[in-house]
Amino acid sequence: MAAKKLNMKEKYRLLTRDLDWEFSYADRKKAFPFEEFEGIKITDWSKWEDPFRLTMDSYWKYQAEKEKKLYAIFDAFSQNNAHLNVSDPRYINAIKIFLTGITPLEYQAYQGFAHTGRQFGGVGARVACQMQSLDELRHVQTQVHAMSHYNKFFDGFKEWTHMQDRVWYLSVAKSFFNDARSGGPFEFLVAIGFSFEYVLTNLVFVPFMSGAAYNGDMATVTFGFSAQSDEARHMTLGLEVIKFLLEQHEDNVPIVQKWIDKWFWRGSRLLSVVAMMMDYMLPNKVMSWKEGWEVYFEEAGGALFKDLARYGIRMPKYAEQIRKEKEHISHQTWWTFYTYGQAAGFHTWIPTDEELDWLSEKYPNTFDKYYRPRWEYAKKLEAEGKRFYNGTLPQLCTTCQIPLLFTEMDDPTLTAHRCSHYKGDQYHFCSDGCKDVFEEEPEKYVQSWLPVHQIYQGNCGGPGLPEILQDYYRFEMGADNMDMKGSPDEARWKQWKGVA
Amino acid sequence: MSKVYLVLQDNDVSRYILEAVEEDNPEITIIHNPAMIRIEAENYMVVNRETVEEKLGRDWDVQELHLNLVTLGGNVDEDDERLTLTWNE
Amino acid sequence: MSIEIKTSTLEPVRNTFANLQRRFGDKPATRYQEATYDIQPLVNFHYRPLWDQDRELTDASRTALQMNDWYAFKDPRQFYYGTYVQQRAKMQENAENNYGFFEKRDLTRLLPETVKGQLIRFLVPLRHVEHTANLNNMYCSSYGFGTALTQAFLYNGMDRLGVAQYLSRIGLLLDGNTGEALEEAKQLWMEAPYWQPLRKLCEEMLTTEDWFELFIAQDVVMDSLVYDLFFEQYDAALTEQGAQDIGMLTEFMRDWAKDTNRWVDAVLKIAVAESDANKTLITGWIESWRGQVAEALSAVSREMLGEEALNMALQNLDKRLAKAGIK
Repeated sequence: MAAKKLNMKEKYRLLTRDLDWEFSYADRKKAFPFEEFEGIKITDWSKWEDPFRLTMDSYWKYQAEKEKKLYAIFDAFSQNNAHLNVSDPRYINAIKIFLTGITPLEYQAYQGFAHTGRQFGGVGARVACQMQSLDELRHVQTQVHAMSHYNKFFDGFKEWTHMQDRVWYLSVAKSFFNDARSGGPFEFLVAIGFSFEYVLTNLVFVPFMSGAAYNGDMATVTFGFSAQSDEARHMTLGLEVIKFLLEQHEDNVPIVQKWIDKWFWRGSRLLSVVAMMMDYMLPNKVMSWKEGWEVYFEEAGGALFKDLARYGIRMPKYAEQIRKEKEHISHQTWWTFYTYGQAAGFHTWIPTDEELDWLSEKYPNTFDKYYRPRWEYAKKLEAEGKRFYNGTLPQLCTTCQIPLLFTEMDDPTLTAHRCSHYKGDQYHFCSDGCKDVFEEEPEKYVQSWLPVHQIYQGNCGGPGLPEILQDYYRFEMGADNMDMKGSPDEARWKQWKGVA
Repeated sequence: MSKVYLVLQDNDVSRYILEAVEEDNPEITIIHNPAMIRIEAENYMVVNRETVEEKLGRDWDVQELHLNLVTLGGNVDEDDERLTLTWNE
Repeated sequence: MSIEIKTSTLEPVRNTFANLQRRFGDKPATRYQEATYDIQPLVNFHYRPLWDQDRELTDASRTALQMNDWYAFKDPRQFYYGTYVQQRAKMQENAENNYGFFEKRDLTRLLPETVKGQLIRFLVPLRHVEHTANLNNMYCSSYGFGTALTQAFLYNGMDRLGVAQYLSRIGLLLDGNTGEALEEAKQLWMEAPYWQPLRKLCEEMLTTEDWFELFIAQDVVMDSLVYDLFFEQYDAALTEQGAQDIGMLTEFMRDWAKDTNRWVDAVLKIAVAESDANKTLITGWIESWRGQVAEALSAVSREMLGEEALNMALQNLDKRLAKAGIK
């Protein structure tokens, strides 16, 4: 008897989809206890569509091939001391933010997808989450391995495992993922699988990585693109999840819309740091943050939401606000880090004249009017030997945990500040978006571990800022922080390059 | 109209895939960025196994695309013969 | 003029990350060390999970086991993602050749009819047991503590999905890709009296809360007995019936068990050696699960291999336990 030829879909279905069974002896709800509390209604998990039918054997085969290529490049990179090939030592500071800020997010993604990969009642969705969990662990580890060589030659990397749980700006990223993971499994998928992966990670891994390539950083571009090739699977999982939830029950639509509103806002806030990396930390420029945003958020996201309109899903709330912010956030964020340069675990600097001109050209509506004058002033102070550092602790937004540094979009000279009251206490926010997110679930956000509050409460050592930075954050003062000018990184670079 | 897109790493295999995509999708835009090639089309794009095999001169599994892929946009459908990207209007 | 970079000016400033310097001294770290130690967040979590409001998102109190340092659980295989997938890719290439050869030569044709029926009755339904193992290891990865352990659980969980899929392919080889053997095997899993005790136990394991207890139940006790019975003893029995070719299709499972048991034994040994309290706790779990799993396997092992098989498997389990310090 000649065996029937199976196509990929049939084969995947037969190998995977029927592994689970109806329980007869134990309470299945006890085995999968988190499916109902969010109010999401799943009537039939078998309607789940697997976009990629990847069986484990193929997974091992293709992923091993990716890893082989990647590690060959890492080995060559370190054997050839290829850190000497980057465009400019300032660039390395973007990579420091990557390891301390983004790599820990990959770790939380691993944890979050392991959770959903155990908890979803449908085997198709579960297996997709499990593979994503494994991929995310891959991203953590390949990033650490890529940075390992830089750590040997530059400051700012060595305490990343310690810093991720403590440093004020890293709390922004950590709280974002803590928020998603502490929700139910469906909110996590909408938050990370859909909102974050589908639209936002592209901005990190595509234009920024292309920038890394253009700045001579082979190791980073290689892990970046290699990671993003997994991301194509993840994005598709995110989209399938949304379609599945919307098709399962009409009652799911408003819940999903509420999550989309929340998570696109939370995500766009989180990405303000990537905006600054793109515009200020890549010495060789590929595209501005605004241009990247237009391609990967407005165009790609616009197409996505047009596609989802048939389910009754509309563009995320605050989309209009987000559209206006692309002109501003990179400048406001870098300026904040520059002025708090003593409290940042990487170096900051004033853009060169050439870079200022590039920013003027890329941001004709805003840069010369609002931001260039600040840098001209900073230049003047620096020339007088009075490089400016802000020594006061900022007010943080209770939701996104970013200092109140963003302005009203209709008046970019006015810092935005919103308040809300809950059980007799006052809470502060950077925006309407963050205030609304808080008011939807105040009992969650009152728990926030806000770095500045924690310092005031004496939970981070002290008494002064220098002790906190040195002992609690474990910054090596003057090496990990402060201006690029006069840093050991800069001195070593000059020595390697044989310039005075 | 919405754009579907495929971004490939700029390497040798990608060049053959790109040739195949060009042949099977008459109306595409190709954008070269450092280390990557972005291919865009209106609403629909297909990567056919057969065409890629013809260009490469060897067997090629559609799942191998992931070795050269950076990112993509659109609803994905992948089977033994092809990968398609679509937006519904 | 040529510029010569003196090697002395390119001396590294440090050899590795600070956490690894503290653990192992200032020397170049291995990739396993860099990818494993201290990378899990430990303190200052923001919000209690809605699905477990008494604990932090990552919380060592999800098991009764206590460790001074959760990173004591070094994986003897030193698997991080890259080494893991490359090792499995080698194994799958071998398996692919075996399955390909089996299919191409249509070796199903040479199997005695009685053996085909047996395989559907015993081997193919085991894919549901492997699926349970997949979920249980995902549980340990997700609620466990310390990357040294949780990454190994994840690899184990994915491996079990792989084994479940290989077992499914055996079904497809038997039924000529119609899926009938898989359906028949599922029906047996759901209804045949000799499978029911094991199915009942699988369902109960999926509701076990303490993840280290679940590790003991699944990876130590269940796997030790199941792999001994189904992939060692049953393989020998098939060979006696002239069906030794099936051994090609289960080689992956034997290789996998050998590889994984090295890790399982190490985890057990380290946990037991940590403290008397741990030893008492683990001994209690082992006693409880050894009894339950043996009872659950009793009917199917008798049906498949006769009276003595389970005892032999239990003796092998006890030998492994003794090596880890549990009598």
